[in-house]
Amino acid sequence: MGRKAEYSEKPKKGPGRKARKQGPPVFRKQSFAPMEEEDKKLSHRQKQRFVKREQKKVVQKAKLQEKRAKGKLPQPAKRKTAYNSDSDPEDNEEEPQVASSDEEVPQLVPAPKGQKATAPKGFTDDNDAWLKPKKQQKQPETESEEEEEEDEESEEDSEDELGEECEEEEEGDDEEGLESDDDTAQVGKLADLSDDDDANSDDDFDISGEEDGAQADSDEEEDEDDDDDDDDDDDDKLPIERANKKLKKREAEEAQLADDEMLETVDKQDVFQLPVEGEETEKDLTLQEVQQRIKDVSLVLSDFKRYRQADRSRGEYIDLLRRDLCLYYSYNEFLMEKLMDMLPLTELMEYLEASEIARPLTIRTNTLKTRRRDLAGALINRGVNLDPLGKWTKVGLVVFNSQVPLGATPEYLAGHYMIQGASSLLPVMALAPQENERILDMCSAPGGKGSHIASIMKNTGVLFANDSNRDRIKAIVANFHRLGIVNAVVSCEDGTKFRNIMTGFDRVLLDAPCTGTGVVSKDPSVKTTKSEVDVQRCYNLQRKLLLTAIDCTDAKSSTGGYIVYSTCSVLPEENEWVIDYALKKRNVKLVPTGLDFGVEGFTKFRQHRFHPSLNLTKRYYPHTHNMDGFYVAKLKKFSNTIPITKEQQEEDEKQLDEAIEADATTEAAAESEEVEEEVASKEKGPRKLLGKRAGKPSFTEIEQELKKKKREESKTKYVAKVFEQPVKKPKPEKPAEKKNEKSQAPDKQTNSSESPSKSAPKQKQTNGKTTVSNSDAKSFNKKNKGSQPKENGAGSPAKPDDNKPTTNGTNSPSKSAIKETKTKPQPKGKQSPKGNAKLAKAPRVDIDDVPILEGKPIKKQNKLKQKSKQIGQLKKSTAGANAGKKQKFKK
Amino acid sequence: MKRLSDERAKILFEHLSKYIGTNVKHLIDRPDGTYCFREHKDRVYYVSERILKLSECFGYKQLVCVGTCFGKFSKTNKLKFHITALYYLAPYAQYKVWVKPSFEQQFLYGNHIPKTGLGRITENAGQYQGVVVYSMNDLPLGFGVLARSTTDCKTADPMTTVCFHQSDIGEYIRAEDTLF
Repeated sequence: MGRKAEYSEKPKKGPGRKARKQGPPVFRKQSFAPMEEEDKKLSHRQKQRFVKREQKKVVQKAKLQEKRAKGKLPQPAKRKTAYNSDSDPEDNEEEPQVASSDEEVPQLVPAPKGQKATAPKGFTDDNDAWLKPKKQQKQPETESEEEEEEDEESEEDSEDELGEECEEEEEGDDEEGLESDDDTAQVGKLADLSDDDDANSDDDFDISGEEDGAQADSDEEEDEDDDDDDDDDDDDKLPIERANKKLKKREAEEAQLADDEMLETVDKQDVFQLPVEGEETEKDLTLQEVQQRIKDVSLVLSDFKRYRQADRSRGEYIDLLRRDLCLYYSYNEFLMEKLMDMLPLTELMEYLEASEIARPLTIRTNTLKTRRRDLAGALINRGVNLDPLGKWTKVGLVVFNSQVPLGATPEYLAGHYMIQGASSLLPVMALAPQENERILDMCSAPGGKGSHIASIMKNTGVLFANDSNRDRIKAIVANFHRLGIVNAVVSCEDGTKFRNIMTGFDRVLLDAPCTGTGVVSKDPSVKTTKSEVDVQRCYNLQRKLLLTAIDCTDAKSSTGGYIVYSTCSVLPEENEWVIDYALKKRNVKLVPTGLDFGVEGFTKFRQHRFHPSLNLTKRYYPHTHNMDGFYVAKLKKFSNTIPITKEQQEEDEKQLDEAIEADATTEAAAESEEVEEEVASKEKGPRKLLGKRAGKPSFTEIEQELKKKKREESKTKYVAKVFEQPVKKPKPEKPAEKKNEKSQAPDKQTNSSESPSKSAPKQKQTNGKTTVSNSDAKSFNKKNKGSQPKENGAGSPAKPDDNKPTTNGTNSPSKSAIKETKTKPQPKGKQSPKGNAKLAKAPRVDIDDVPILEGKPIKKQNKLKQKSKQIGQLKKSTAGANAGKKQKFKK
Repeated sequence: MKRLSDERAKILFEHLSKYIGTNVKHLIDRPDGTYCFREHKDRVYYVSERILKLSECFGYKQLVCVGTCFGKFSKTNKLKFHITALYYLAPYAQYKVWVKPSFEQQFLYGNHIPKTGLGRITENAGQYQGVVVYSMNDLPLGFGVLARSTTDCKTADPMTTVCFHQSDIGEYIRAEDTLF
C-alpha cells in the first residue's frame, strides 16, 4: 500500500522542479533521443524482460547452490559487493539523502529517479549495440539460405550461455575486495540500507549484464559473420556444382527422351502399313497426308529389306507411291509410270518439284546488231537485273527481275535480242554452222533457233526455215525481219516430204515436235493429257522427219554433212529410240555434240538395247541444269547410199536369175523363127493392118492424158517394140511377150532398190515407173483390141491381099519414095509407112532370091541385140530403135 | 516469185527515192552480188539472186518469204512500205529525225511526233519529205513524213505535229498477223 502511494506522488513533484532548475535545452535534447529510442525500446524491453527472467532464474539457482554449500556467510558478501558497485551513484545520491535524512519519505524518492536516469543512458548504449547486430543479422538472413539461419540460431544460444558464465566470475572478484575494506564503517546501517541495496544491486546486475552481453554479442556476431562468410563460400561453390550437375542430368535426360522419341518415330515408320482399302481412304485423305505417305513409302523403298511389311511385295508399295504421286502432282497414270521407270526415286522427286516451278527467263543477244556487253549495259540502264548465262555461251543472258516488260523495250523491237530458253541455244551450238553454208531448219517456228543459226552465219550462205503450220510461219517471218536476217527462205511444207523438194544441204537442224514432257512448267496440261497413243504418234512422226532430214543432207559436203536432232522431251521413246532407228536405216553415225555439260544418253533402258555410241548424246533435266528438259544428238552422214539388208540382196539375186532365163528363151524363139518363115510371110498382111488399128487409140489416150514430152517419147519407144514382135511370128511372139514382161519386172525392182539412194533420182525414177506401168497397160489394151480385129480380118484378108500386090507391083517405085519422105517429119506417119514398106518389100522377095541370103545376117543381128538388152534400159531402148531402122533398110 | 512489171517497178523506185534519194542505186549495184526485187502475192521482196534461184524449188503455195519484204501493193497499185524495210532504209536515209526519250514510247505506240518531242532534225528538210526516225541513242525506231519543213519547225507551236507517223518497230508486235 505504501509503495503504491509513493509512486503516485513522486512523479508529480520531481521532474517539474529539477527540469526548471537545471536547464530545459539539455533535457529537451535528451528527451528527443529517448523518444526515438523508446519506440525501438519497446521491442528491446520485451527482449530485456526475457533476458531478465532468464538471469533471475540463473541467479536463483546460484543462490540456492551457495546456500546449500556455504550457509549465511556468502549472503552478506553479496550485499557488500552491491554497495561497492554503487559507490559512484551513491555519492551523487548522498546529497539528496542528507537533505532527506530527516524524513523517511524523501529517502525513497531518489532511488527511482536514479534508476530512471541510468536506465535511458544504458538503453542508449544498449540500443546502439542492439541496432548493429540486428542490421548485421538481417543482411545474412537475406543472403544465406535456411540452413545458414539454423546454424546462426544454434550459435546464438551457445554465446548467451558463455556470457552468463563470465558475469558470475566477475561478481566473485568484487565480493572479496569489498569485504576487506568497508566492513567496520557500514555495520551500523545494515538494517536501513538492506532493501535499497538489494534493489540497486538488482538493477546494476541487470545493466552490467546487458552491456557485457551486448559486447559479447557483438564479438560473437563478428565471429558469426566470419563463420557465415566461410559457410557462404563453401555453400556458394557447392550450389554451382550442384546446379551444373543438375543441368547435366537434365541434358542427359532430355537426350534420352529425344532418343526415345526418335525410336518411337522409327517404330511408327516401321509400323507404317499399306491401306487395305485404298480407294475409300484416298477420298478422306488430304494433300498433307498424301505427302506424308509419299515420304513414308519412299523411305520404305529406300531400305526395303529392313522396313518392308512381311505380307506385302515391292510392287504394291510402288503402286501406292504412283497413285499418291499422281494425286499430289496431278499427273496421269501413264506419264507417272514412264517417269518412274526412267528416274530413280530421289531424282524423280526432284524432277517433279522442279517441274512445278518456272525456269529463269533468258534472252539471247543478236550478234548481227549488237554485242552482249552493250546490250547488258542498255538493259541495266532501263532497270533490268541480269547476268551472263554461263561460260558455255557467249550470247546468253539470264534475267532475274525487270521493271519493264522485256518483250516491249525499244531494244527488243529493234531486234537486239530474242527471248529464248537456255536449252534452245544448245542444239544450235551443237550444229556449229559455218559461213557460206546451206542449212535447213526443218521445224523452225517460231524462229528462235533459225535466227540463231543465221546470226552465227553472219547473214552469209542460205538458211531454209520450214514449218508445216502456216499460222506459226508468221512468227518466223516477223522474227527474221525484226532481227535483220536477210539470207533466209521461209517455206510452209510438210517436213516428211521435203526430200522431194530439195536436197544437198550442208547441215540440217531438226527440232522435232514432241510431247513436251521436258517443259511441263510451261504447259501443265501435258501432265494430264498425254497418253501412250500421243507418244506413239510423236515418235512415228519423229522417225519420218529424221530420215527425211538425213536424206536431205549431202554426205559429200566439204564442210558439213551433219544432222542435229533435238526434242524438248525426256522420254526415251522420243529420244534414244528414234536415234537408234535412224542408225539402223541410214548410213549415219553419232558424233560428239561439242557441249561440255549434260547427262549422257541411255545405252540401255529396261528391255531396250541401243547402239553403244548413244552415250555421245546429251540429256538435260530441269532439276539438275535449271533449264527446260531437252535432248540433243548430232549425226554425221558418211554415205549418200542407203544400206540394203540381206533380204533385199536376195531379192536382187532372184531378179537377176529371172533376167538370165528370159535371155535363154529369146534364143529359142529366134531358132524357131527360121523354121516357120513361110507362115510368117503369109500372116504379115493382116497383122500389119491390126497394128495400125491398135496404134490409133494409143495416141488418143496419150492426148487425153496430157502427159509431158518425156513420157510421150518413152511411150513411143515401147509402142515400137510392141509392133516389132507380132510382125515376126504369132506363136513365138507370145513367149516373147512373156519374156519382155519378166525382163521388165527386174527393171522395176532395180529401180525400187536404187530409188532410196537419192531423193532427186527418186523423182526421175518414179516418173519412169509410172511411164513403164502406163506403157504396160497400153500394150495390154492393144493386144486385146488386136485379137478382135484378127477374127474379122481373117475372113477378108485373101481378097485385099490379092488386090494390093497387083496395085503395089505397078506403082511400087513411086510409093516407096513417098513413104520414105513421110517417115521423117510426122510420128503418126511413121507407123503407116512402116506397114507400107513391109508390103512393098514382100513382092521383091518373090521376084529375087537375093533377100533370102540377106535374111540370115538379119537374124544373127537380132540375137546380138537381144543379148545387149541384158545390160540396161537405155541400151535396150537404143537397141530397139536401131533394130527397127536396120530392118527397114534391109527389107 | 515473179518479176515486177514496169509500172510497179516505177512506183517502187519513186517511193524509195522519197526516203533514200539517189542512194537507190546502192541497193541495186552491190559489191557482194546481184540483188533484185521480186513480187510474191503482191509483196515486194529484196533478195540476192543466188538465194532467189534456190528458192525456185518451192511452189507458189509453199513459199512464204524470201529475203526482206519491202512493202505491199494494194489493188490500186499503191505501194505501202512495211516496217520490215527499215533494215535497208535506215543506213541509206538522207533525212533523219531524232525523238526525245520521253516521246519514244508514244511514237512506238503509233502516235505522231509533236514539236515538244522533237530532239534533232536534219537541216534543209522540206515539207512532206520522207524521214527515218531515230531515238537519241541512234536506234532506228521507224520512218515517217515531215509535216513541216525544218525552218518551220523552229517557229512552230509546241503541240503542233512536225512528223507524221508512217511505220514504227512496235508493229512487229501490234500487227504481226496482218504484216505478213
